[in-house]
Amino acid sequence: MQISENLVWFIALPLISSAILLLVGKKANSWGHIAATTVSASTFIIGVIEFFAMQARPEENRAVVQKLFTWISVGSFNVDASLLLDQLSICFVLLITGVGTLIHIYSISYMSHDLDRRRFFAYLNLFIASMLLLVLGDSYLNLYVGWEGVGLASYLLIGFWNQKPAYATAAKKAFVANRVGDVGLSLAIMIAFATFGDVTFSGIKEQTDAASTTQLTAIGLMLLLAACGKSAQFPLQSWLGDAMAGPTPVSALIHAATMVTAGVYLITRSSFIFDEAPIAQLMVLIIGAVTLLFGAIIGTAKDDVKKALAASTMSQIGYMILATGLGPVGYAFAIMHLLTHGFFKASMFLGAGSVMHGMKDEVNMRKYGGIGKFMPITAITFGLGYLAIIGVPPFAGFYSKDKIIETAFNAGGIKGIALGIATLLGAAITAFYMTRVVILTFFGNERWGHKDEPHESPALMLIPIALLSIGSVASGYLLSKGKSLVYWLEPVVNPLKEHHAEELFSHTTVSLMTISVVIIGVSIAVRKYRGDQSDTAPEKVSKLTIAARKDLFQDALNEATFMRPGQSLIQKLLNIDHLVIDGAVRSVGVVSISAGSKLRSLQNGYVRSYALMMVIGVLSLIAVIWVVTA
Amino acid sequence: MPIANYLYLAAILFTIGAVGVVVRRNAIVVFMCIELMLNAANLAFVTFARINGNLEGQIVAFFTMVVAACEVVVGLAIIVTIYRSRRSASVDDASLLKR
Repeated sequence: MQISENLVWFIALPLISSAILLLVGKKANSWGHIAATTVSASTFIIGVIEFFAMQARPEENRAVVQKLFTWISVGSFNVDASLLLDQLSICFVLLITGVGTLIHIYSISYMSHDLDRRRFFAYLNLFIASMLLLVLGDSYLNLYVGWEGVGLASYLLIGFWNQKPAYATAAKKAFVANRVGDVGLSLAIMIAFATFGDVTFSGIKEQTDAASTTQLTAIGLMLLLAACGKSAQFPLQSWLGDAMAGPTPVSALIHAATMVTAGVYLITRSSFIFDEAPIAQLMVLIIGAVTLLFGAIIGTAKDDVKKALAASTMSQIGYMILATGLGPVGYAFAIMHLLTHGFFKASMFLGAGSVMHGMKDEVNMRKYGGIGKFMPITAITFGLGYLAIIGVPPFAGFYSKDKIIETAFNAGGIKGIALGIATLLGAAITAFYMTRVVILTFFGNERWGHKDEPHESPALMLIPIALLSIGSVASGYLLSKGKSLVYWLEPVVNPLKEHHAEELFSHTTVSLMTISVVIIGVSIAVRKYRGDQSDTAPEKVSKLTIAARKDLFQDALNEATFMRPGQSLIQKLLNIDHLVIDGAVRSVGVVSISAGSKLRSLQNGYVRSYALMMVIGVLSLIAVIWVVTA
Repeated sequence: MPIANYLYLAAILFTIGAVGVVVRRNAIVVFMCIELMLNAANLAFVTFARINGNLEGQIVAFFTMVVAACEVVVGLAIIVTIYRSRRSASVDDASLLKR
């Protein structure tokens, strides 16, 4: 293992910058955004330097570590706060810092009218620091610190405009849903420690043979729960739609490109556990398949442009989770889709932000229409992202999504066919809802109902979008050219155990099938949404549409199964508290008070009655002594 | 005459005094009743000294007289002061400390 001294700066720089911006206060208003952006850009530069240094080294020497300090040392249990930069983490580091920096630049302009822009940038830097710690930690415990950090940053940024109660509630919902997942992660760490006596990735990897399948399955399922919480996978997906309450750059950075993919990172990083635990791996597949269809169906019915994109994010992460469930053959494709998705989804979110910027913060697509001719650059970049996500060759999504569909089909047996059909269906629905978004926003009649024409956004916003859309055009080709990413990740994700099943479909067949379902999806959407549209959502719709508009009843289900029983339990406990515990305390008081008020009548202030009492007292004392002695 | 009769007299005097303290309202009379009780106690002390054939009881009787004299000084002063301020020597009127 190579030792490096530079890794600490990845976390220290943004963390210090965030602390300074928050502590200095209003004095930093004039330069806070510049400082934060510079810091983010410098982490990107360090990332690029580290990447080239890594590439120059021979394959077995590529990973670098840096021990910061001994964190916990109790008997035989030692945890160091140390960082590990290997082939997998560098992908994430470049994505986080690269997309992060572009979004910092975008936010300078997007948030320029916000009085609290400095606080926004402080939180963004806090997020960058936590996310980098998440992907650089060399043990589950270090990862957990970053995991909680991104949860905090996500909470703070979703509720950034917390003067609106609905936004504050959305932030709380995201936090609570994430917390359920966090419990899974902490349980996984505890089981891992009980089983292996170690929490580092390398330590556990060496000992997996010693553990029983049951133990590995338990760890795997808990890790999957954690991934579901953070990556908005079924059944913990409900927070992502509401998380769109945050400013659009936040949705692009945290809730599309980086944080929500932490679950994919976690599963890929834990490949040594999942590869040995078939049941956990099967659950990963099921959850991925369910979520990718779930998200896609919700996406078809949303009129809020950000929520449609959020549903799409959920669905695309479902693809990635499914790919990680396919075992050693799938990890590299999951990461590839994650990277390409980071580009095209961030670009589309920023495009949506640009449209909102020109449309007085309107998010309802029914009130858009025909914006393409007013905002040509936004429309073109959004269009490139659109072509990438639906998987049109040669755009990025084609390479990454096709690989997942192909691997799913070739997983073998009924499982392979079911997964293949699910992913293919998902691709068709994706094509449908993304076409719908594009047509409703950029084409058709103008429905915004006021005379002010939408205006194109300033260059500071357009340049990051343009750069990201270049990424969404080219990244797929670059990553898959000569299987570069697959070979790059090989040392991390255990390709040695790769087994080649009988191929059900060849690469070409899958590509043709995907392209044909995409064409079907697009043409249905074009048929349905071409021409003039009403500016209100149609009332008479099918039951499925009603369900999809209500997010397939995810909130209703959560409320019925968890919230209301929880509330009634709390109410009962509260009653017990009032009656039993408070009752005991209060009855002491009541007895004292009533005894006091009875005895008080003796204190009537008449000297003679006191004298009488004294006489009675002395007499009774004498009587007692007489009785006792006699 | 048996010596126990002195003790009976002391008991009767004490009881008269105690009843007087309880039933009379006039502070001066109450005060006199207290004196009666003190002197009943003195009589008992002296009687016991005689019975036991020593001097302790007699000495205590002297002490009691001294204490009673002091008490008269202080007590009368209080009664006079209360009478001056409240125009009444009734002990029931001076009941401001109740409740």
